[in-house]
Amino acid sequence: MNRFSFLWNIAIRDSRKNRSKLLLFMSSIILGVAALVAINSFNYNLRKEINKEAATLLGADLAASSNRPMDSTMMTILDSLPGERAREMEMMSMSYIPKTDETQFVRLKAIEGDFPFYGKIKTIPAEAAQTYKKGVSALVDESLMIQHNLREGDSIKVGTTTFEIKGKLSGAIGSVGAMSTVAPVIYINMSEIDSTGLIQPGSLINYAYYYKVPESFDMDTWKAVRKPQFRSDNVRLETIEDRKENLNRAFSFLNYFLNLVAIVALLLGCLGVASSVLIYVKSKTNSIALLRCLGMKPWDAFLVYFIQITFLGTIGVVIGIIAGVIIQSALPVLMKDFLPVSVEMAVSPRAIFEGLIVGLSVTTLFSLIPLVSIRNISPLRTLRVAVDEESDKRDWLKIGLYGAIVVVLTIYLWVLTSSILAAIGFVAGIVVSYLLLSGFAYLVVKLLKNSIPSGADFVVKQGLSNLFRPDNQTQTIMVTLGMGTAVLTTLLILQSILLNNVALMDSGKQPNMILYGIETNQMSELKTLTESFQLPILQQVPVVTMKIDGWQGKSKAQWLADSTMTAEKWAVNREARVTYRDTISEDETLVEGSLKPYKNPNDTIFVSLGTTFAEALNVQLGDEIVFNVQGTRVVTYVGSLREIEFRNLSTRFFIVFPGGVLEQAPQFQVLVTKTPDNVTMANYRGAVVKAFPNVSVIDLTSILQSVNDILKKVSFIIQFMAIFSLLTGLIVLISSLTLSKYQRLKESILLRTIGASRAQIFKINATEYTFLGVLSALTGLGIALISSFILTKVQLKLDFDISWWIVGSIGLGLILITIVIGMFNSRDVVSNPPLEVLRKENG
Amino acid sequence: MSPILEVDHLSMSYKSGSNELTVLHDINIIIQEGETVAITGPSGSGKTTLMGLCAALDNPTSGNIKLLGSLIQPLSEDQRAQLRNKNIGFIFQNFQLLPSLTALENVMLPLELQGIKGADQDAKQLLERVGLKDRMTHYPTQLSGGEQQRVALARAFINKPKILFADEPTGNLDGDTGATVESLMFDLNKDFGTTLIIVTHNPELAAKTGRTIQLKSGHIVSDAKNSPQNTTN
Repeated sequence: MNRFSFLWNIAIRDSRKNRSKLLLFMSSIILGVAALVAINSFNYNLRKEINKEAATLLGADLAASSNRPMDSTMMTILDSLPGERAREMEMMSMSYIPKTDETQFVRLKAIEGDFPFYGKIKTIPAEAAQTYKKGVSALVDESLMIQHNLREGDSIKVGTTTFEIKGKLSGAIGSVGAMSTVAPVIYINMSEIDSTGLIQPGSLINYAYYYKVPESFDMDTWKAVRKPQFRSDNVRLETIEDRKENLNRAFSFLNYFLNLVAIVALLLGCLGVASSVLIYVKSKTNSIALLRCLGMKPWDAFLVYFIQITFLGTIGVVIGIIAGVIIQSALPVLMKDFLPVSVEMAVSPRAIFEGLIVGLSVTTLFSLIPLVSIRNISPLRTLRVAVDEESDKRDWLKIGLYGAIVVVLTIYLWVLTSSILAAIGFVAGIVVSYLLLSGFAYLVVKLLKNSIPSGADFVVKQGLSNLFRPDNQTQTIMVTLGMGTAVLTTLLILQSILLNNVALMDSGKQPNMILYGIETNQMSELKTLTESFQLPILQQVPVVTMKIDGWQGKSKAQWLADSTMTAEKWAVNREARVTYRDTISEDETLVEGSLKPYKNPNDTIFVSLGTTFAEALNVQLGDEIVFNVQGTRVVTYVGSLREIEFRNLSTRFFIVFPGGVLEQAPQFQVLVTKTPDNVTMANYRGAVVKAFPNVSVIDLTSILQSVNDILKKVSFIIQFMAIFSLLTGLIVLISSLTLSKYQRLKESILLRTIGASRAQIFKINATEYTFLGVLSALTGLGIALISSFILTKVQLKLDFDISWWIVGSIGLGLILITIVIGMFNSRDVVSNPPLEVLRKENG
Repeated sequence: MSPILEVDHLSMSYKSGSNELTVLHDINIIIQEGETVAITGPSGSGKTTLMGLCAALDNPTSGNIKLLGSLIQPLSEDQRAQLRNKNIGFIFQNFQLLPSLTALENVMLPLELQGIKGADQDAKQLLERVGLKDRMTHYPTQLSGGEQQRVALARAFINKPKILFADEPTGNLDGDTGATVESLMFDLNKDFGTTLIIVTHNPELAAKTGRTIQLKSGHIVSDAKNSPQNTTN
């Protein structure tokens, strides 16, 4: 018999009666690998689909877009492109539905030409995609039609024009499902846009020009050459390649979260593997000592258990991969509302390969840590129960394994996040957490030893003493429980922060309605209408649009040509919407300078800038800025800087002119009000849309309602994904506590034998587990707060605004589960005769 | 006869906190091939420690042990394991059978460790010899204490050991069962010509060996031949 087949036989025989003990180990691997494969498969399939569908998503080879009509120079360049062309104007507007006498905020798209060139606008009936281009017709988003019970042939009024609905729009070009919940899309023919009366000075319109070029034409090179010129004129060029990149970037946030879930599930799986193998090795100590006594070499003893673990681990990895592939088919269904493409369930060989490699490496490395200790188990244990196997020498093999784990995790995270710094940071965080938890546990054990009052109740003393007696598992349990709590809580805190940041607008006492695009001569009539509904006019501001022509003595073109320019492009190219006043509003704080009034035509004009804008433009107090106010150059100087709060719905201006300068410039007005209830809001909104079709009404309540609907879906997905982590976390918890079971069992039996009551045993165990639960929860939560703070601020760049109830619930939950599992583990001792328990455990 | 085990100025100490506890003091023993020896003494006298050291299960603090003519101390863990596997048999007070292996598999184990094929034939013969022909496929939990110790006996002799160490072999058994196991152990020992070293509290069992070494507080207080009428070989 060769050595391997002998070891294999022994491994199989030895595992016969213990396979159930390895269930925890298997479960950890299955869940970790399943999460990894499911998430990675979904990600790769989504990326593949985006790349495949990018042409259809853009609908053309090139899209040139701007928030104002293209000037003739740009138009000439664009018109030099060979092939077909189309045009689109897009704006947000209120619409009126005569059938139900209701209003609806919509995204209006006016199309000219045979757009899209790639893909199709999906409509019901199919021919509606063509018929809407004839006459005063429209295609209306399916969700809007369902919501208002509209049918083909019904009408919808946008601005001053009533359109006949030619069909249902079931798939618009390039739109993401969830966006249409906020503002459903309406398609009309470009020839009808003027009749709506929505094109007014100050109207927020996006102008897009689409081009389909012959296949031989190198679109990307053409774009690369002309990009700077278009950019300086505030025109955005997008090719199919750009769309791919943009979409992948847009979904990187989703990717980031999903990757985080995968990493958490994997890390918890690792902890599960390490602690369940440790339990197994502990339960096998006597058998190993005997094998050693009978002449088995230390490394052979190690190999027997290594074979068992690797064999079962491989089965676990394979089951995990199968489960992952099955689960990933659910993800596209869950996320269909948020995806621009339909992701088919497809087996992703890369995800499977990664799952296999990562699963096997993790299983091997994390199980090796407890397994290598086998070679140190003394055969003397067959003669004596207590043998000191811990030599003073450092186990370099174990240290090497820890090193290998750090390297493998870093490499894997590097592959996952594509950032070596992020990978190192993440692994460093885990190592620091491990050291913190170990250190804290060590301190607790030390402190406890000297601080239990001698007069304390016996059961409390006994329970607390268990935490520092020889062979205690306090440090191991605190590290695994604490680490599990830390990663899981970090995930949940990040989840709540992501959701809170999306829903930060609170309708409470804040304004909930903004009317914009009001012509100056409509203002008094609109005010009368508003007052007739007994609504307050919270803000009424004039808005003038202008562009920056230069600053600090240089023209914009000079600045753009300067490669050392530190100003940010969004600030330079922006079409600024500016107001004029001589006071500070409630949401603003003056941080530098003062608002200097403009009294005489020869006075210097001092403008006030928002601090963010000033930083982006890299200007300071006293610097010169030249504006182009619709053809007129206006030289100004920075007179003050304001900090602007962005917490609620109201108008905010990065640039404020003093009164007396812009009064005669073309402008429109904005009115901000607050409606007390939904009925008043609907009536008021309806009256405004009817009387002033050109005025756009932004109704925060209905937007928030839509956002809430989206959030519900998002949080369902997040919770679905978090189930992986929760399940793996629970396995870690059970594994950790089962570790202590073996330690406490014999003591409890002895106490029972010498007459301890059921209640006493319960109290002793409850004291120990409560203490373990409280300490692990506190350290785990502390680490979670620090790590989520760092991740929120550095990685997500969001406000660290956490829900303390989440932290409290996790803490309380962990303590309760710790006690319950601890008590569950000792149920045998209290309900069965001591010898029966011993026989069962030894068998 | 030549010496099979030579213990020369052997001492063993343990660290207990900041104190050092010496459990064996300057022990000198020579055991000849084929001898049967009992090591007796009160609890804590160092009997089990001495046996562990002689069986290459532990390292002494000072002194030398020669087993089968070779010093044990310089041997690596692997070499010691090989030494135990080929030359030493063990019987323990608490039987020490692997719970997940059947009686037959437990007995085969030492030969399988040597890579010998067909170990089951020898194992079956030995199990028959100890009266467990019908219990070969039973697991330890399905066997009584006496039966478990008989399996352990079969396992101890399967590698035809040169020396057998028995730690209180009947300590966990009732009188009759203990007597049966004792008788089997001595019979097998005689058949295989093995050197037998028994650690025991039991004076009757000790009297059945050819020589008794008595320990007290880590010192040998007596080392004498037993009267031949009591000995079983």
